[in-house]
Order: sequence, then structure tokens, then C-alpha cells
Amino acid sequence: MQGRARVFGDDINTDYIITSRRKRESLDPQVLRRYLFEEIDANFAATVEPGDLIVAGKNFGCGSAMEVAVTVVLGAGIKAVLAQGFSRTYFRNAVNNGLLPLICDTSRIREGDRLTIHSENGLTIYNETTGETTPAAPVPSIMMQILECGGLVPYFRRYRDFKV
Amino acid sequence: MAGKTISEKILSVKSGVDARAGDVVVCTVDSAMGNDGSTPMALDYFDAMGGARVFAPERIVFALDHYAPAPSQKTTELHQRMRDFAARHGIEVREIGDGIGHQLMVESGRVTPGSLVVGADSHSVTYGALNAFATGIGSSDLAALMICGRVWLRVPESIRVTLSGELGKGVFAKDIALSLARELRADGATYQAMEFSGAGVSSLEIEDRLVLSNLVVEMGAKNGVFPADQKTFAYLGGSFAGVAADTDASYSREIVVDLEKIVPQVALPHQVDHVVAIGEAAGTPVQMVYLGTCTGGRVRDFHQARDVLKAGGGVARGVQLVVTPASRTVLETLTRDGTLADFIALGAVVVTPGCGSCCGTCGAIPGNGVNVISTANRNFKGRMGNSNASIFLASPASCAAAALTGRIVDPREIGAAAVEQEP
Repeated sequence: MQGRARVFGDDINTDYIITSRRKRESLDPQVLRRYLFEEIDANFAATVEPGDLIVAGKNFGCGSAMEVAVTVVLGAGIKAVLAQGFSRTYFRNAVNNGLLPLICDTSRIREGDRLTIHSENGLTIYNETTGETTPAAPVPSIMMQILECGGLVPYFRRYRDFKV
Repeated sequence: MAGKTISEKILSVKSGVDARAGDVVVCTVDSAMGNDGSTPMALDYFDAMGGARVFAPERIVFALDHYAPAPSQKTTELHQRMRDFAARHGIEVREIGDGIGHQLMVESGRVTPGSLVVGADSHSVTYGALNAFATGIGSSDLAALMICGRVWLRVPESIRVTLSGELGKGVFAKDIALSLARELRADGATYQAMEFSGAGVSSLEIEDRLVLSNLVVEMGAKNGVFPADQKTFAYLGGSFAGVAADTDASYSREIVVDLEKIVPQVALPHQVDHVVAIGEAAGTPVQMVYLGTCTGGRVRDFHQARDVLKAGGGVARGVQLVVTPASRTVLETLTRDGTLADFIALGAVVVTPGCGSCCGTCGAIPGNGVNVISTANRNFKGRMGNSNASIFLASPASCAAAALTGRIVDPREIGAAAVEQEP
């Protein structure tokens, strides 16, 4: 997986990803993506490109457990979020929808850096712009299985129950 | 082998394996809640997963609380979809006006000591006050749970929060919770449980414990669990086998809180962990005071606020006081005991029990440039429906004191100290 870094700070809560009041009129990610991060970066929705990667500090996705905060990110064509830490509900919802949540040191990644995520020998992030490689924390096996299926929907269509 | 925390014990029973911190286990859920914010998506996932029948529908409840009453045609359609699905599958629906799902869960007896309760809402951690393992899940988790009755959980490490002593006058449960947020910060308990213990627990009423459990998620915690005692059993109206931690249980961190040393706190805009002693924010003008939510919308909260307001003589000019009881039962109690009449006489705007203004989905939205002081749990920019408003979080007494004076003030300076901690 390869993409351009879009950098955010610490404690980005789900209301900042997509504000609750937008959910009143639609849950469709293709509608909601127009408002992605509108509270903190009014320009983001207009400049996001499919394949972009979100790069954040600590506690990404804190606050409400609302799952649209994940589906709207996927709706914008973003396939992975790199952060120093996630709120547990965001991490969970990301896994369940096939959005790759990677815990890693993001402090040296800058806006616009070209990143490649490698999955051989554990997950690593190669920053083409700086030449640095950063390891990501391993993802527990049940979560990896769900991610590899593409999320909880294909997982459940296959297994009908949790397999641990 | 070391003993177990409350969380490890409950998850061991519910998974049927020896669950230890760090393990991932699949657990049978005793009770689950979905609201109108999360359930419509869960129904999409249920269909997409090929769901046919709901596993143990009697364990599930749908609460119409985020859009109560429905503010738009679209939200009426979300409600109708939930009602139709619930009727088809035998799921209980708590209707518009019944109240906030979390409050209904603790009022209805669906949460008991030792139970595993989940909700498709982050504030489902509230139920830990009743000695349950309670945590928030997403819509897709709720859909999977409706199919198989189970949920996967990573067994959390636990932070032991030992409470000693008793709160001073004018200081309340919200002040303890905000103090903890200040110390732990917004991610200090991420992926972990907070387990409350110590002699100070017995001095806290269940309504106080609900405030603390509710707010643990603002520190990132997975659950905030209390031991069970006589107050728990009295609240639930029955006798239960409580779950206690083993004396040799292992904790990731120990925090000791001397309740006597806690002073009134306030969270400043726009972060819950941006907390200072309220005196440091004294003088900040406020134009809206919000009493309600799953944190601060219970009978005890309204009594504390009412007492400050009555002792002080009324609401300052230019302040809008908004009252939203957490449930119809709370509203009925406030009606019977005269508190509601007091608030109406004070000029309060009374809003339908539900989540409403707290998350800006309906109800009273603050205007541009308005400072709000609220009994809620979140003060993110835009949270109450207007990103040009600023939200401060404090105890009901501190909110009432601000309503009296039109400014943030230490409630102990204006007679709130006279407000007794009613039993």
C-alpha cells in the first residue's frame, strides 16, 4: 500500500472526523466525505485523493464510538490510518470495516510525504521522502483475520460466528 | 498465578476461559443497547452479513435518544426502520421521550453485578457503576452480536483508582472525574479498565458512581468498574453476588485519590482533559447553562443545581438555562417532588429527555460566540451543534452557580457549600 501522508495532531476525536449533526441527513460515506474533517481543516475534503494516508499523533478517534467516522474515511478512498495511538472504539471500528489502523511512531512524517506500507516480516512503513523505515505494532490475530477478510461483513458471511 | 481484577473475573466467566489482561476472548453478552445514532448502521451491517434471525432478542434494547424528538424527516425514517426491525425480531424499543439509553439500561435492571453489557455508544461504560463489565462497541459489532450473541474483547489491564475519605461541601462526583481526567489526560487509560476501590467508594451514591464510570471513556478507558455493595443492591432492589477483585490482582498503575482534597474543577474548551480548578476560570462570562446528559442528568444532579439556584435567588439576566432530564423516570420524579416546577419558575427551558443538545443532534443549540457551561461529558468544538460556541464542563452545582452569576465561579463562594450531599 502506497500513498501521500495527510498529517493531523493529537486527540483527533470522531466529531472532528465527521460531525454528529451531518449524520442526521445521511449515513452514505459518499455524501459524508464532503464534510470529512470540516471542523478542523475546512480544505481537507476538497483536497483528499484516493490512496491518501491519514497520519496522526496520539489518541486518534477518541470520543464517540460512531462508526461513520471510519466509513467516511474509507469513502474518501483512504485505506490506512497511521497514529501513535488510537481510541479503542476507533481501532475496533477500523478493523471491522477493513480500514488498516497502524500504531507507529509518526513524529517524523510530514504532510505530503510519500509512504509505503510493507507487510513482509511484520508491518513497516517506508517513508520515500525521507528514506526512513518505521516498524508498526503487530496487530492481534483475530483482528488481522478480520482485516484480511476485508472487515466484519465478509468475515461473518464466511464464518457466521467468531473464530478464535 | 496472580489473582484477578474485576474485569478479568467477569470476562473469564463470560468467555469460559481463564481470561488474563492482554488475551483476546470471545464473550457471551448478557445485555446490549443500540441507539438511533448507531443502530441504523447496525441494521445495514446485519443485512450485509446475511443476518436472518436475531440471537436472544430479549437481551437487546433499542433506544431512540439521539434524535428525540426527531428533528427532521430523515431521522423519522431512521426511527421507523428501527421500530420495524425490532417488531419483526422481538426487540424492545425505548421510545422518544423515554430517555437516554444509558440511563434506561441502569434503571431497567438490564445491568446487574457481574454481567457483561455492551452498547453501541461510547458512554456504555456508565454501567460499570453497578459492578458490570460495560463497554462501548460499534455498529458492526452490534450487528454481529445480533447474529451470534457474542463479541470479541481484548481483556484490559486495569488501573486501580483507590478512593479515600469523603468529598467536602460544594464538591461533587464530577469534580473527582475531572480531576482524574486532568491527571490521566485523554488517553491515559486507553485500552485499559479503571477499577475503583477503597474506603471512599462507600461514601459515593450510585448516582455519583455513574458519573465516574461515565467519564472514564474520556480518559480512553474500556470500562470503569466499581465493586458492589449495599448501595448497589438497594439501587437494584435485590440481592446479587457481586464480583470483587482478588487481593493479589495485578494492576498496570495505582492512583490514590483523597476525596477530601478535591476542589471544584472545570474542563475548558475544547478538550475534556483541559481541566483546571474552577477558581482559575472564575469570571468567564457564560450565556448558556446546560443541565442534563448521561453524566449529569439524574435526580441528584438536578437537586444539587436547584438548591444552588434557589439559595442564590435565580438565573442571571442573559443566561439561558436548559434542563434535560436523563429519562422520563427522572422527569417524573422531578415533577412529583417539585423540582421541575422550581426550574420552570426560574425560567428554565425544559427539553425532552434524551441526548439532544449534548451532541448537537437536536434540542437547544448554542449561538455563535456563546460560552456554555454544562454537566455533560464532552466539550469538543462543534459538539453541541455550533463550532462557534465554547463549552465548559463542570458539576451541576458549579453550572448552577454560573447560571446565578452569569460567570464561572467557585460554587463554594456563593452558598453551594450549604448544599448538603443528600443521601
